[in-house]
Amino acid sequence: MALIEAEGLEKRYPGTDFTAVAGIGFRVERGEAFGFLGPNGAGKSSTMRMLACVSQPSGGSLRILGDDPVVHGRALRARLGVVPQDDALDLQLTVRENLIVYGLYFGLSLKHMRAKSAELLEFAQLADKAGERVEHLSGGMRRRLTIARSLVNDPEILLLDEPTTGLDPQARHILWDRLFRLKSAGVTLILTTHYMDEAEQLCDRLVIMDKGLIADEGTPRELIDRHVTREVVELRFPPGEQEQAAEKLGGDVEVLPDRLLCYADDGDAALARVTEAGLRPLTALVRRATLEDVFLRLTGRSLTD
Amino acid sequence: MTRALAYWLFRYRRTWQGTVVVSVANPLLFLLAIGAGLGSLVRGDVEGVPYLEFFAPGMLAAAAFQNAFIDAGFGVASARGRERVYQTAVATPLSPGEVMGGHLLFVGLRVFVGALAFVAVMAGFGLFSSSGTAVAVLLAATLTGIAPAAVVAAWAVTVTDFPRLNTVFRFVVMPMYLFSGTFFSVEQLPAALQTIMYALPLWHGADLCRSLALGTATPGTTLLHVAYLGVMAVAGVLIGRVTFRKVLYV
Ligand SMILES: Nc1ncnc2c1ncn2[C@@H]1O[C@H](COP(=O)(O)OP(=O)(O)OP(=O)(O)O)[C@@H](O)[C@H]1O
Ligand SMILES: [Mg+2]
Repeated sequence: MALIEAEGLEKRYPGTDFTAVAGIGFRVERGEAFGFLGPNGAGKSSTMRMLACVSQPSGGSLRILGDDPVVHGRALRARLGVVPQDDALDLQLTVRENLIVYGLYFGLSLKHMRAKSAELLEFAQLADKAGERVEHLSGGMRRRLTIARSLVNDPEILLLDEPTTGLDPQARHILWDRLFRLKSAGVTLILTTHYMDEAEQLCDRLVIMDKGLIADEGTPRELIDRHVTREVVELRFPPGEQEQAAEKLGGDVEVLPDRLLCYADDGDAALARVTEAGLRPLTALVRRATLEDVFLRLTGRSLTD
Repeated sequence: MTRALAYWLFRYRRTWQGTVVVSVANPLLFLLAIGAGLGSLVRGDVEGVPYLEFFAPGMLAAAAFQNAFIDAGFGVASARGRERVYQTAVATPLSPGEVMGGHLLFVGLRVFVGALAFVAVMAGFGLFSSSGTAVAVLLAATLTGIAPAAVVAAWAVTVTDFPRLNTVFRFVVMPMYLFSGTFFSVEQLPAALQTIMYALPLWHGADLCRSLALGTATPGTTLLHVAYLGVMAVAGVLIGRVTFRKVLYV
């Protein structure tokens, strides 16, 4: 049995005729790390909130741990961990108190939570901040605290909405490391991101979401193989010369506002052809194809605009 | 519900001393001012008792009512808005109804503590004939706060802009605060206004507190006041269960 099964899942918010999630289907198996990759407004958070059993689907079917979240929301939420997009930590309370209070919400005892919070703070590398008010924590520390908080009930499924957005590279790597550990411990991870590298690093499988729909689904490798070539040559030309250059090059070329992308299995050979064609790009870079390219191919738009 | 209350108690731990000091100092200053000075400006007795005895239970009811509005109105709106306390809580097994219940229990506790401080000060002024009277007045004042608190919370959870709360405070709460027979008898108002005040909760609360304090309460009026406030509290909770769910499960 899949841990999560969605079919034709939809979400429209009351008072709007806009469809935030327009009929998506996916399955998540136990122990997987499953990702939703998509730009702003794709419907990632809307989907996550339905999975967290705090938002009623407007259509389609959703089963979480075999149950209907609308009917069994309370029992299901007891088995989920949620890291919302905005941390929603309590700034008035200390780091430790944030964990204790959240544990009490789950019906755990104060005694249990005293021990559990120490363990979680150790895990989140926040033990030395236990008595400090959350107000005084950096963004990266707050994010780790939010993850620690989501673990108070030893959840089977952890829902992470943009776990590393807004963090510096070092803070991201610490966080990724913690998520790897959770995954090795058998926790099923479901996360959203707009970072390609994050999806490639963390996700066993992912769906690419755009405008409330799933554009494609697979492992990072499968998606790259299916939609792009192994390598990509990025070329920059002076303004106005891009179109001409693209025509001259022919082949599999994507024109972006600021650069050209040539898809090729052998990037160096492709670059040689550029030179042979008499083109003189301002800069040229051969790199491996990424999910970013997949997204571009699928939607015709760049993810980070 | 007690799980949600625990959160508010954790927060209260840090601030309760300050709020208790204010809760004692406020009635102390008012009663001193009325007893020593202003009271003598009011010629003779009001409704057959010295002004201080008339004033104190009215002020008690008015303070409970006002504090309840501030805690339930501004407290609930910011818990849903800026602080996102409720959104955090409903991600756990807690239901929106329990989240509301926990917050209302806390508002009730704060109203109770405020009223307790006030009643203690009144006792210090020798305004109660017996400790039983003091307890009855304390419970009456708490009910006077809890009843509107439930209704206000049910509404405030839907409010996203604070200025609207201020407007209601200024144009609804303040007039009630002043004219509900709190500081002077409703009978001094024009007849039309009197009728309106009789229909509003604070008049019932103030009359309940005062009649109990002065020993003029009759079973009939006491029952009427308690029933009015009780129905208001229940109605607030029922409406709140709907509004909290609607706002928190979007
Ligand atoms: N509570 C709400 N009421 C009305 N519309 C909403 C609500 N929440 C989201 N939307 C709309 O639904 C669409 C999808 O939003 P959602 O937050 O799910 O996107 P997202 O993929 O998480 O984007 P982001 O990367 O910016 O977080 C957006 O157009 C948004 O404006
Ligand atoms: Mg989002």
